[in-house]
Amino acid sequence: MDLEIFWFGLLGILAAGYAVLDGFDLGVGILHPLVKDDTERRIVINSIGPLWDGNEVWLVTFGGALFAAFPEAYATFFSAFYLPVMILLFGLIGRAVSIEFRSKQKSRFWRSYWDHSFAFSSLMVVFLFGVAAGNAIEGIPLGADHEFAGGLFDLVRPYPLAVGAFAVVTSAMHGALYLHLKTEDALQARVASWRWPLFGAFLVGLVGITVATLVRNPEALRNFERYPAAWAVVLLTTLAVANIPRGIAKAKPGQAFLSSGGTIIGLVFNFGMALYPNLVVSSLDPAYSLTIRNASSSQATLALMRNIAFLGLPFVLTYTAIVYWVFRGKTKLDDHSY
Amino acid sequence: MDLDPVTLSRAQFALTVMFHYLFPPLSIGLGAILVLLEGTYLKTRDRRYEAAARFFTKLFAVNFAVGVATGIVMEFQFGTNWSTYSRFVGDVFGSALAAEGIFAFFLESGFLAVLVFGWDRVGPKMHFFSTLMVFLGSTFSAVWIVIANSWQQTPAGFHLVGEGAAMRAEITDFWAMIFNPSSMHRLNHVILGSLVQGAFFVMSIAAFYLLKKRHEDFAKRSFTVALVMGAVASVAILISGHAQANAVAVNQPAKLAAFEGHFETGEGGAPLYLFGWPDAEAQEVKAGVAIPGGLSFLIHGDFDTPVDGLDTIPDDEEPPVAVPFVTYHLMVALGMFFIGVTLLGLFLRWRGTLWEKRWLLKVFVVAVIAPYVANQTGWVAAEVGRQPWVVYGLLRTEDAVSPSVPGEHILTSIVLFSLIYLALGALWLVVMNHKIQHGPEDPDDLPPDGGDGESQLEVAADVRDRASHHRLAEGDEPEGAGA
Ligand code: HDD
Ligand code: HEM
Ligand code: HEM
Repeated sequence: MDLEIFWFGLLGILAAGYAVLDGFDLGVGILHPLVKDDTERRIVINSIGPLWDGNEVWLVTFGGALFAAFPEAYATFFSAFYLPVMILLFGLIGRAVSIEFRSKQKSRFWRSYWDHSFAFSSLMVVFLFGVAAGNAIEGIPLGADHEFAGGLFDLVRPYPLAVGAFAVVTSAMHGALYLHLKTEDALQARVASWRWPLFGAFLVGLVGITVATLVRNPEALRNFERYPAAWAVVLLTTLAVANIPRGIAKAKPGQAFLSSGGTIIGLVFNFGMALYPNLVVSSLDPAYSLTIRNASSSQATLALMRNIAFLGLPFVLTYTAIVYWVFRGKTKLDDHSY
Repeated sequence: MDLDPVTLSRAQFALTVMFHYLFPPLSIGLGAILVLLEGTYLKTRDRRYEAAARFFTKLFAVNFAVGVATGIVMEFQFGTNWSTYSRFVGDVFGSALAAEGIFAFFLESGFLAVLVFGWDRVGPKMHFFSTLMVFLGSTFSAVWIVIANSWQQTPAGFHLVGEGAAMRAEITDFWAMIFNPSSMHRLNHVILGSLVQGAFFVMSIAAFYLLKKRHEDFAKRSFTVALVMGAVASVAILISGHAQANAVAVNQPAKLAAFEGHFETGEGGAPLYLFGWPDAEAQEVKAGVAIPGGLSFLIHGDFDTPVDGLDTIPDDEEPPVAVPFVTYHLMVALGMFFIGVTLLGLFLRWRGTLWEKRWLLKVFVVAVIAPYVANQTGWVAAEVGRQPWVVYGLLRTEDAVSPSVPGEHILTSIVLFSLIYLALGALWLVVMNHKIQHGPEDPDDLPPDGGDGESQLEVAADVRDRASHHRLAEGDEPEGAGA
């Protein structure tokens, strides 16, 4: 098997896993300020309490895998996005400590400070991921040496910003569908009422981004011409999107949540199709782009890492299953809660 | 002022990794203590050990969260600030980092959820298993990251491809890369340093309670467990450090010369300085006290064989001397202190008079700072002693930075990291202090063994050890079961 393609696919799986899993807990963070009562806020935080850290490891592993398989892309991408990456890191730090520290003191000021920080950092993180994805599709100024040849403002353009906003809406919807599963009674009723507006906003965003991509970056479609089978995934994604309102309307919240997860996987797949075989597109000259061929590690390392991945992934899936199983059901507060 | 990206990136890396490294050693060391406490509980069914484990779990969780938050920064910093380095080492180093994610972080973070939130959801055996897995996971993360770092200290199992700025290292022999000449020595040393950290942390809290006459029973039990672990680790780390120093003498002679302030090779045996101040201008150690021939004895086993000094190293490959010398000596001196104080503690514990020695308890309260200092100075010695290389003998630190990142951006991020980390450190102290002041729960107030019988507890029933549960129900249990 072609190892570069294998690794491109595996990175896609890690990215999709991250987007689906951290997607809902980031979304819960974005929605957090809509809940006012302290006990309810604790329920909201504890609904993701045991899970968010494990979800974030998908990102950490994505970073390590990118470094191992495509070191050139790792080096170029993170140094090009220097300040945005730093802000992203501050956001991830802010979230982790807000969740951990919020309920450790009783004072109103303390708790409201961490509530704000939790919501703001969650929003920031999702937005920046969206902006990065948008930039990856539009391309950034890369020189012949594969180093970034632009400035900060080359990264702040309308299309990436729009993708950022779309990511926020998607994750908020995903989070609301999750929260609905974990809450009860009055809180659940309120969460239920957010779902329709969020779905509406998501749909508008989806159509908008699709049109913008076709108009501004028609290149993104080239792989669909080359591999028509990929249209099947587009179809499945559309079905998943359509199943969200069906799940909500028919009172099947589990289905609605799974469908929004499926939608996110489909979106990540489409993103991969828009990119392939590039990793970072150069807007100066396509010959300077980083591709899965010119950015990869040696064949020996790719093969070795493939074996390591095959060895490790069954364990990873087992732990994940155990933890989600142990913490299934409605969120209840106890002695050990945040 | 000229904003030099190399200096700034070094400052930023040192700041973030040293701050990160305040937390992992405690996570590993306290994890070991939790395993011991819960293991004792499973064996004796004495719920006082469970109460102790529950208490330390809360401290563990706070520490772990800060460790995770600061660790994520490290994961991406190689790409942001050291892109040339990342291109050079990606084939080798990236593999270790990816393996760390797959094998270590998933294990840790998954079972951490059960360890912290699962007390009343799963049975004691499943809980013990989770604690063990968290400890194992954090040890694995040390394994991989230390292997990665050791490869850049003593590269092995690779060949170079490409020219000039496009040159990079590729793996040719995976196992030679993993078992490079320094990795196993350094791994032992880092894990032992973490155990020392965990032991002194627990002893400090326990000694504090004993002095205040609070939770005395809890304090004596925890202190004893930690004292035994601390004494064993303190003696072992001296042995491990000695082996390591011998390896450094062979693999990185310039570094050893810097550690020891050994400027001139000279004739005959080389002295071993106990303390002093190395003066690079004068090429000698000032105000020092030395054992004549001592260094020769440690390295070669006799007092007369010369040891290579810095004069054998080309000028442009010499490491700085003052920082490695001072940090290395501080680490070793603290290592001696740990051995002395833990052995004294063991002796008095055996005589049965330890709890009356208030002065010694006071020493233990503040001694928790010492392993922090030793762990930090150890890394500073190892990393600064490696200079001017970032990958020993292959890539210079000054050539390793990201060419596209302007100095102002790095300065901005340093300022922000400093502010955030200052706040984070303060919060860690406030919350830890709050929890320690609150103290452990009374074992009589714990929920009934293995959960409170709510609907979510079928899992608990599956994994719970039925036999021992019955024994509990029959009243074999010390006071407090089913409270
Ligand atoms: C990836 C491997 C790696 C690991 C596990 C560590 N380091 Fe390191 N360290 C580096 C890789 C590195 C580096 C990338 O190679 C640096 C950056 C610039 C340099 O000179 O080396 C460095 C520099 C560096 C410096 C600045 C040295 C100088 O400017 O002269 C300090 C103080 C430390 N490190 C300390 C640590 C500590 C406390 C660690 C414990 C976690 C640690 N290092 C782990
Ligand atoms: C400079 C290199 C390092 C990098 C890139 C790095 C990376 C990371 C990352 C990304 C995390 C967070 C993982 C999560 O989300 O769960 C983390 C946590 C951790 N790291 Fe590091 N790390 C470095 C140095 C070290 C060293 C030298 C050790 C051990 C000796 C270590 C031990 C740990 C442990 C035990 C954790 C678990 C969280 C905690 O601190 O409590 N790290 N590290
Ligand atoms: C008791 C005598 C000790 C000796 C002789 C000793 C020796 C050494 C040596 C030679 C190194 C450098 C290794 C290299 O650069 O490859 C080192 C590093 C280090 N030491 Fe020690 N050490 C001692 C005690 C301690 C103690 C008590 C701690 C912490 C509690 C500690 C923590 C560290 C750490 C974290 C490092 C950096 C990681 C590494 O290179 O292994 N050491 N030590």
